[in-house]
Amino acid sequence: MYDAVLSETITITGHEGDAIEAYSARPLTPGPVGGVVVLHHLPGYDRQTKEFTRSLAVGGFNAVMPNLYAREAPGADPDDAMAAARAQGAIPIADDRIVGEVAGAMDYLKGLSNANGKIGVIGHCSGGRQSFLAAVSLPLDAAVDCYGGFVVGEPPAGHPLQGWEPVVNRTPDLSCPLLGLFGSEDVQPGPAHVAELEAALKEAGKTYRFRTYEGANHGFMQVDSARYQPQSAVEAWAEILGWFGRYLAA
Amino acid sequence: MSDAIIAETVMIAGHGGDTIEAYSARPVDPGRQVGGVVVIHHMPGYDEGTKEIARTFATRGYNAVVPNLYYREAPGASPDDAAAVVRAAGGVPDDRLVGDVAGGMTYLKGLPTANGKTGVIGYCSGGRQSFLAGISLPLDAAVDCYGAFVVGTPPEGMPLKVGPLVDRAADLNCPLLGLFGADDKYPSPEQVAELEAALKAAGKTYEFHIYEGAGHAFFSVNRPAYRPEAAVDGWEKIFAFYGRYLAG
Amino acid sequence: MCTYLTEKVAISGSAKGASGWFRVTEGSVYFDHPVHAPYGHTLNIDFLAPDQGPSARVAVELSAESARALMKAIEAVLDSAPPGLE
Repeated sequence: MYDAVLSETITITGHEGDAIEAYSARPLTPGPVGGVVVLHHLPGYDRQTKEFTRSLAVGGFNAVMPNLYAREAPGADPDDAMAAARAQGAIPIADDRIVGEVAGAMDYLKGLSNANGKIGVIGHCSGGRQSFLAAVSLPLDAAVDCYGGFVVGEPPAGHPLQGWEPVVNRTPDLSCPLLGLFGSEDVQPGPAHVAELEAALKEAGKTYRFRTYEGANHGFMQVDSARYQPQSAVEAWAEILGWFGRYLAA
Repeated sequence: MSDAIIAETVMIAGHGGDTIEAYSARPVDPGRQVGGVVVIHHMPGYDEGTKEIARTFATRGYNAVVPNLYYREAPGASPDDAAAVVRAAGGVPDDRLVGDVAGGMTYLKGLPTANGKTGVIGYCSGGRQSFLAGISLPLDAAVDCYGAFVVGTPPEGMPLKVGPLVDRAADLNCPLLGLFGADDKYPSPEQVAELEAALKAAGKTYEFHIYEGAGHAFFSVNRPAYRPEAAVDGWEKIFAFYGRYLAG
Repeated sequence: MCTYLTEKVAISGSAKGASGWFRVTEGSVYFDHPVHAPYGHTLNIDFLAPDQGPSARVAVELSAESARALMKAIEAVLDSAPPGLE
């Protein structure tokens, strides 16, 4: 059984043609296999998200995670990069920049010699909202939103996202089936937000699947975090691999 | 030089010259010679979590290999089925474990990026086996993660047929890092203290950490016993330890 | 929940990081997920020197309770410092 996986830091072309750092993990198989763009959480392009990216490769997908803070803090430790981006007012990252980075990552994945042409996107936390944003902006084949905050719901006064068009309004533009994974204890998205998103998807006639994990809170898939919940994370992984397995097959 | 790692299933020569399955993870082009780590999987088996551990070592600049200790009993079986078979048989015999670790060491030393230093790490039953390897083989560093029955014997009804090793502490060939949970019963804090006393008496180099709020299996990412704080700190202890003893 | 909300303040002084002392000019204060501290959310303070790059940073993550206690301690010390020392 040949199951070799290669993981490494690479450079891809992102938004506006900028060269940005990214983490690549892919099975060394002629395949062909589907590709997945990973959008890291707000704390950054970190160890546990790289491990997550490698696990997608072990699951049989070419995966790439752009360093979304690469422009603000190239080469910095992930938490320093996040802090620098925050101090520069670059968090949250502008929506058009996110779409540009994902488009660049898609081009990279489609260019791999064992690519089957199908691409999915997945993100946690801020990455969850960005995953939904990508799926309503780009022609993707599958999307996964892990507890993405502010897909629905009005940001509080003074919040940087205030005044941004609520991305749920673009649900009719969703280009692909959406898997949503949420924690029952989370407040953004809370159960009411999840229900509102589900209603929007139903109304727009979209293919979707939602799972809410009892007792889980925001960040339940982050292995290094106090919020990690092993049971929910294990089940969530099965959902993710099942979803991508179904919609990213050749 | 790059940070690329490659991870894959390989076949290695183990105890008795048997060909056994193993998982290898290593830096492709680290720009220097690197140390090797034999990873001894926990009793539940040669599973995804353990393979991920091997990949983590590779990302931190070590060649790692995980022998499938249950390969002979259940080649190609799922990890938990294989574990059930071996558990029913009383566990892996000590001499076979030593031979398989020796095979892992030979594999690592044969890699083109090897610096010749090899460490061992084991979790759960693997913790005891790591200690066993440390007293049996010319290793450079050993890590025991909550290994039960280094001290004490399994109670009635526990299928594992293993005996204590603490009386052989004087045979330890290398420094030992021990990582334990304060809430664990096998090994209990008293047993950990007994092991520490034996190492002191034998004049061995060792470093023990007992994590409050953690019990057995606190490194197991997929289990309720996982403790993020202890695991994150434990990993840094491991890398500091190996950094000291597995450097070229 | 990621709060995004960040208070920024110009500061003057020095901080000691992994590579030693450096002058700091900016502080970021936010209540959000910690990287290291074992809580769901913490009061995070970044002491920064942007002109020296992102790794010129001293970061702390405190439970909300300890952050409030720290604020009181800061006020108490400043209030009791002999006047005119600055």
